[in-house]
Amino acid sequence: MNTIKELMKKREITLVLLVLTLTVLVNLRAPGFVSGENISRIINDTSILIMVAIGQFFVILTGGIDLSVGSIIAFSGMAASMLNQSNPALPVGLVLMVGVLIGLVLGAFNGLLVAFGKVPPIIATLGTMSIYRGFTFVLSKGQWVTAHEMTEGYMNLPKGTFLGLSNLIWAAVLVSAVMIFFSRYTRSGREVYAIGGNKTAAHFVGVSEAKVNMLIFSISGALCGIAGVMWTSRYAAAVNETATGFELQTVAACVLGGVNIAGGAGAIPGVIIGALFLGIINNALPVVNFSPFYQMFIQGLIVLAAMFINTMMDNRKEKELLNRRSL
Amino acid sequence: MDTNKTLANESRLVEENKGLKNKIIALVTRWEGVLALILIAMVILFSNITPYFLDYFNLMNATFTFMEKAVLALPMIFIIMCGDIDISVAAIIALSSFAMGFASSMGVDTGGLIIIGILTGALAGAFNALFIIRFRIPAIAVTLASLSMFRGVSQAILGDQAYTQYPASFSYFGQGYIPGTIIPFELVFFLILAAGFAYVLHFTTYGRKLYAIGNSATAAKFSGVDVDRIRFTNFVLNGVFAGVVAVLLTSRIGSTRPNIAMGWELEAITLVVLGGVSISGGKGNIVGVLLSVFLIGYLKFGMGLINMSAKIMIITTGFLLILAVLLPVIMDNVKKQNKLKAQRRA
Repeated sequence: MNTIKELMKKREITLVLLVLTLTVLVNLRAPGFVSGENISRIINDTSILIMVAIGQFFVILTGGIDLSVGSIIAFSGMAASMLNQSNPALPVGLVLMVGVLIGLVLGAFNGLLVAFGKVPPIIATLGTMSIYRGFTFVLSKGQWVTAHEMTEGYMNLPKGTFLGLSNLIWAAVLVSAVMIFFSRYTRSGREVYAIGGNKTAAHFVGVSEAKVNMLIFSISGALCGIAGVMWTSRYAAAVNETATGFELQTVAACVLGGVNIAGGAGAIPGVIIGALFLGIINNALPVVNFSPFYQMFIQGLIVLAAMFINTMMDNRKEKELLNRRSL
Repeated sequence: MDTNKTLANESRLVEENKGLKNKIIALVTRWEGVLALILIAMVILFSNITPYFLDYFNLMNATFTFMEKAVLALPMIFIIMCGDIDISVAAIIALSSFAMGFASSMGVDTGGLIIIGILTGALAGAFNALFIIRFRIPAIAVTLASLSMFRGVSQAILGDQAYTQYPASFSYFGQGYIPGTIIPFELVFFLILAAGFAYVLHFTTYGRKLYAIGNSATAAKFSGVDVDRIRFTNFVLNGVFAGVVAVLLTSRIGSTRPNIAMGWELEAITLVVLGGVSISGGKGNIVGVLLSVFLIGYLKFGMGLINMSAKIMIITTGFLLILAVLLPVIMDNVKKQNKLKAQRRA
């Protein structure tokens, strides 16, 4: 148990070192990259990714994948913006709640398909990805909600500050804290690990796979709901294409954070560092004179490289364990 | 007629194989039978709503809109049959189309373009296969990453530009008809390909090995099937045909943009799964996929005729994909419960 803990620690320390090296390198090319203002901007830019990636983390932990996150973000963001547009008097907190609730319902529908319909997560979410995206178009009738149609309060939701940090960052911190607690110290949180580690064993000790699936897809959906509201209010625009392809970034953050794509291993701190790593790269690309058109390619490359390294490290660990056993 | 009797009939059919009525019942309760019935119902429905549906010219021309996706579905059958998945196919099309556009701007002629397109696809497929089979990373994760790399290449270099210069003779593959008829080249091409794939899947050892791997890769391995080699071949094959589709599509629309064929992986997978190929592998046949190709193709054509928006069609595709997986589960459950009831009664 101790060795596993040590390895986990090592993994996160390597990640932090990697992030620091990257930052220093970029700073050499573009002095001023490491400034209080820029760092807080990077964290601000990454907050949405952190929240959604944590939802994705739970799904990946069970060996599944949630491809519908981008579409849930788009739908809940569009719904919240339209609600704000049609009822400007409604308190912003309530709009946020509605957004989260919508995300939760869409996520729970995914969970329903997986848990009780026995549809594999990849197929269920591949399907709902296009269904929810289509619903977004139907809901908005193809129109956008733009800055001058939103209330000041709505647009200030992520921008307002508290103790020097933006509300958006606080939301990410709060979500991270709650989810870390959930994953480590609650029964349901440990059950998610159990299902990911060994479904049959988990079943025999009385863990309900259906319940876990319902739970993780609902969490993922609810977090996408927060993200949707934050996304549309932060960029002061709700468009139908919001967060297209975002699922890849969330998977990337998990994989970079050392989460095993086949399930069973990983932790939220790693996911957060993984997300920050991506945030720094996205922020650094224009600084070091790379066209933003390269972003997609570079992200894919990083994910593949990270998975490759993960697998190689796992293989080595396995060999070491086998060697120790034969001694 | 309850399912009970049908079940009994089915099993008797296997043993004795007699009785036309039983045969029909068995046929209809099979997945392909269900698809065929839906297809017929749909044709009747649409031809009653609009007079333009059952029009020979329209029916032929409509195939232009779904033949490319249909070609994509064929090698995807092999991949899904083995329990794998490839969600990077659409991105491979983008990469191949980009390579052809680049070559064309350098003055390469039609023959050269086709070779370049298919070769690019094959390389991209081999790239996927390398990581999935050699390094044992799950197919879904690899193809999710390579998806953004393949499409990212064309996006990085093309940006918001597009290649639009292609040789005149290049346009035949996507736009041409069989000389003297109004049968599109793409339709005939697909049907010939489908026959080829049907032959491989149902009449060769390669096909039998696919079923074996899908049912149990371990058992197949211990029976002497070179599982890794076959899975590798599948992914390369998928890349090759993504390249072929890139030729057809680029030829049809005459331009290459980074967002070409966006979301087609969903459509290809839907065609295969709706066609009755089990997503966990080992089950399904070509007939089902052929039926689902024409079912979805003409469903969209009909919906277009009665002015349904493209977004409704996207929603429909998503629902069909989920239903295709959900329905067999429900049907299985009903059958199982009936069996249990029958056992209890006995």
